[in-house]
Amino acid sequence: MIKSNLKLFVLSFLLLISLRPLQSAEMVDPIKVDWSFKGLTGTFDRASLQRGFQVYKEVCASCHSMQYLSYRNLGEPGGPEFSEQEVKAIAASFEIEDGPDSQGEMFTRPGKPSDKFKSPYPNVQAATAANGGAYPPDMSVLVKARKGGANYIYSVLVGYEDPPPGVTLDEGVYYNKYMTGNKIKMPNNLMDGLVEYADGTESTVDQMAKDVTTFLAWAAEPELEERHKTGVKVIIYLVLLTILVYLSMKKIWSRIDSEV
Amino acid sequence: MSKEEKKVNRRDFLFTASYTVGAVGVGAVIWPMIDQMNPDKAQQALATTEVDISSIEPGKSITVLWRGKPVFLKRRTSEEIAEARAVKLDDLPDPQKDEDRVKEGKDEWLVMLGVCTHLGCVPLKDKGDFNGWFCPCHGSHYDVSGRIRKGPAPTNMEIPKFEFVDNNTIKIG
Amino acid sequence: MSEHEYVPKSKAAKWFNDRLPLLTLGAHLTDYPTPKNLNYWWTFGGILTFCLITQIVTGIVLAMHYVAHADLAFASVEHIMRDVNYGWLIRYIHSNGASMFFLAVYIHIFRSLFYGSYKSPREVIWIIGLMIYLLMMAAAFMGYVLPWGQMSFWGATVITNLFSAIPLVGDSITTWLWGAYSVDNPTLNRFFSLHYLIPFLILGLVVLHIWALHVPGNNNPVGIDIKKPSKDTVPFHPYITIKDAFALLVFMIIFAGFVFFTPNVLGHSDNYIPANPLVTPAHIVPEWYLLPFYAILRSVPDKLGGVILMFSAIFILFVLPWLDTSKVRSAVFRPIYRQFFWILVIDVLMLGYVGAMPAEGIYLVLARVGTIYYFLHFIVVMPVVGYLEKTDPIPMSISEPVLSGGAEPSLARKVNDKV
Repeated sequence: MIKSNLKLFVLSFLLLISLRPLQSAEMVDPIKVDWSFKGLTGTFDRASLQRGFQVYKEVCASCHSMQYLSYRNLGEPGGPEFSEQEVKAIAASFEIEDGPDSQGEMFTRPGKPSDKFKSPYPNVQAATAANGGAYPPDMSVLVKARKGGANYIYSVLVGYEDPPPGVTLDEGVYYNKYMTGNKIKMPNNLMDGLVEYADGTESTVDQMAKDVTTFLAWAAEPELEERHKTGVKVIIYLVLLTILVYLSMKKIWSRIDSEV
Repeated sequence: MSKEEKKVNRRDFLFTASYTVGAVGVGAVIWPMIDQMNPDKAQQALATTEVDISSIEPGKSITVLWRGKPVFLKRRTSEEIAEARAVKLDDLPDPQKDEDRVKEGKDEWLVMLGVCTHLGCVPLKDKGDFNGWFCPCHGSHYDVSGRIRKGPAPTNMEIPKFEFVDNNTIKIG
Repeated sequence: MSEHEYVPKSKAAKWFNDRLPLLTLGAHLTDYPTPKNLNYWWTFGGILTFCLITQIVTGIVLAMHYVAHADLAFASVEHIMRDVNYGWLIRYIHSNGASMFFLAVYIHIFRSLFYGSYKSPREVIWIIGLMIYLLMMAAAFMGYVLPWGQMSFWGATVITNLFSAIPLVGDSITTWLWGAYSVDNPTLNRFFSLHYLIPFLILGLVVLHIWALHVPGNNNPVGIDIKKPSKDTVPFHPYITIKDAFALLVFMIIFAGFVFFTPNVLGHSDNYIPANPLVTPAHIVPEWYLLPFYAILRSVPDKLGGVILMFSAIFILFVLPWLDTSKVRSAVFRPIYRQFFWILVIDVLMLGYVGAMPAEGIYLVLARVGTIYYFLHFIVVMPVVGYLEKTDPIPMSISEPVLSGGAEPSLARKVNDKV
């Protein structure tokens, strides 16, 4: 009796779930990329992270801030893992405002690894005004802040197209296949050969989009590698303890005439 | 060994193993809860402070903040240096040569943590019986080299890690 | 309660125990006679205790690093995730822990519904449990506001606006709740304060919940009263403790799976966008555990009506012990009620599902049907079925053959296997 109930239960639930595609028919699903950081033991591709940082620095950073990251993060384990010297050099290449000094004046100095990433604009209002009324979002946690995550970000970067007939776009608005609503105020900034990768990788649009997305995925979840590693250990440990406790339980309950 | 005894042994082993493995897990969970109270990565990274010392006259000192604590930078006169070096090590509760408390060739610059080693107060300058510092909290007297001479403090004031970036700049940390 | 009084062995222990009988309490908890046929659905009490303690411990830790200020809250959460030692782990345990807590509490509640654990003489346990559930929802809602992301802000706005449906004083109450003219920094501050307070209220109620449980003792899958202690019972320790431990470990494996491998799947991506009072996200949805109530709220086209119906959906459970007219506790022996029980389960799941969907078209229809059935179940089905239903024969005890009727001798054990 209960079994047939369960069947009914499962069937109704499946029916419900199958209703789902109806509502999101007009949205194009993002491209599925086989990221190295996917899965239970996924890790970041260091070379890709380093290249991705280069793309961020040379292309994205002119409009997008990453205010929750510090230069020191670039050298931390699980990230791009630049050497200490490289991190210092990267930090020093930015002029950071500091102060007030003993005279009460603000001053600028070369960046230090402990400094946060320098933002292109002093505040949200300035960023909005400089970009035709659309605030270029801070990218520190962008991958976590978008449904579809890394796949979505990558898809938008490579999703620029000419608008289909019948769609008219205002000045400063571009058509993007994957962007929610298909209209985006960010122009297509990537073109083949735009950056010169230090490691000699060919900088195609696809390569740059993948690299910078990898970099953003790390920026949003810098703990990912440690999390995966710890997670595997924790699960193994718990399974082991569960087996031990299960056997102990069987032993204890064998003392009485009842089954567990 | 009879069958019955074997059974008992296996049971004991199981329980011991369960308890042991369980205890290891509890320990592993407690550590993050303790470690989270240690200085975080941002705190650890704020390790260095650079100080411009060009405007300090001989005999004068300034105080700067490093890691939330005061650091005394004193430009000592040659008399003060001579006085510090004339002290016999036997007279010191925490024997240390003045030479070991300064950078070689930059003897006039004393850079030390301005924290009394007794219970953490900030000593007052140019006070006390030894021409150095005096801690008002519990009466510790330090000499012109920042060494403890009298009072409850057990050790000399600490010298932080520092270096001269150039003749006018000191980097602490 | 055990029959004979506990006497400590050592003199010192006796001296202490005479003044504060903690040892007697310990002995009572250890020896507490528990029905030996409890199945795994009965392990969720222990699991819930674990959840509460986990939330309190990780919450206290997070409060050491979190800043309850509209300008700094979002950044302080990122600080926890990036800089604080093991901060990411502690926060993910706390945020996923809320979901695990609700998962366990729903199973616990439906177990009670199936086996009639809310019925006499356990009404007070049931009512205290519902109070805990209400406080859990309040704590979870306020906790979700603290990261000050878009969902935090707009969730807070929508939920606090529910109170504006109250006639005459609604707007004043809402403004009072906010401490401003919209959800703002004062709101965040008081929510943080209350979010810290509520778990301790829950802890107090849990003590009462367990106390009230230890007066009549556990219900069991057969639902009959048993003699304690007897052949039908086992001492709580080690029999129940080890079983609870095993179930808890299985639960922890699932918990760890979420924390380490999909820590954000139960949350909403919009909450990683800092709160912006000028832009509402396209789809506002509460956390999954509140979705059925959200569906009920939206199924009514009238503002006040929706709010009243949503609160009624919870408060009707308080009178459930008196709506159920059946003399038999366990649904195992109630062939008709058992069918309706599963329909209710499906109904609530369906409400949860449509609560996450836009309130239009087929979803709105389903939400209305689901809402109507939900109330019919308690107001009509429970009293009528209880009155009319011909129940199956009930065994006289857990361990002994049935004396009346033609049921199988070892029914109790079979019940175990099936459920």
